[in-house]
Amino acid sequence: MKARVFVTLKNGVLDPQGKAIGHALGNLGFEGVGSVRQGKLIEIELSETDEAKAKAALKEMCEKLLANTVIEKYDIELKA
Amino acid sequence: MKSAVVVFPASNCDRDAAVALEQITGTKPVMVWHADSEVPDVDLIVLPGGFSYGDYLRCGAMAGQSNIMRAVKEKSEQGVKVLGICNGFQVLTETHMLPGVLMKNAHLKFVCRPQALEVIETQSVFTRKYQAGQRVVFPVAHGEGNYVADDETLDRLEGEGRVVFKYAPGENPNGSARDIAGILNEKRNVLGLMPHPERVCDPLLGGTDGKAMFEGLIEALG
Repeated sequence: MKARVFVTLKNGVLDPQGKAIGHALGNLGFEGVGSVRQGKLIEIELSETDEAKAKAALKEMCEKLLANTVIEKYDIELKA
Repeated sequence: MKSAVVVFPASNCDRDAAVALEQITGTKPVMVWHADSEVPDVDLIVLPGGFSYGDYLRCGAMAGQSNIMRAVKEKSEQGVKVLGICNGFQVLTETHMLPGVLMKNAHLKFVCRPQALEVIETQSVFTRKYQAGQRVVFPVAHGEGNYVADDETLDRLEGEGRVVFKYAPGENPNGSARDIAGILNEKRNVLGLMPHPERVCDPLLGGTDGKAMFEGLIEALG
């Protein structure tokens, strides 16, 4: 199975990098760009074939390493 | 006082810490490699500054999972003193030995300069030789020193006298919540701070304000 894990800042956590990206887009002439927030995409290949088990393992990976849950949240996308 | 300095791949202040410790204690600290799984019997463990594991994923995140950190955590639970400087502070938050997290500086710039601090709390083995309210100057050199925690945690840290150093009023270099520069754990044997006391222990290096931290530790730990 292939998983995509999206790690993003929780709502309310300031994201100065996202802000700077937004400014840069404005400088490039893109109009109408509102709030910009950036994060990470982590792609993981798993040998597990059971979806529920894979999801449980991925959740544990997020909690233990991939995200710092003090400031970040995560979303898991799974494909067979 | 017996001490150890942990060396991660891409630590770069491990030698500064070792030199300061040797000068002040008269004994060479034990240098402990990140892949080791045991810390020798010491009174103080220093987690030095640097960019452990290239700051991959998040600063301090990979180091937090290393063999040696499991051993450091165990030692700290037994009461051994742990001092995390700069990257060492980031590692301590990633292992949850200290609350909160250090985010990218609010202005996105790396700061490298002498930094005025205020000593807030002297009831700790790390700051007992300072006066409350004393202004000291330690160098800072970091891109991710913006301390963030929820209000409840911040209130608790302040209420329990666990905020030991603050950036001097109006001189916050990174956007850190409540100007926090250094905090203690609940048992008060673990200190994490972004500024570098080990770099101001010799007049040749521009100052000696950091010396009192190590002298206090020697006094307390023998």
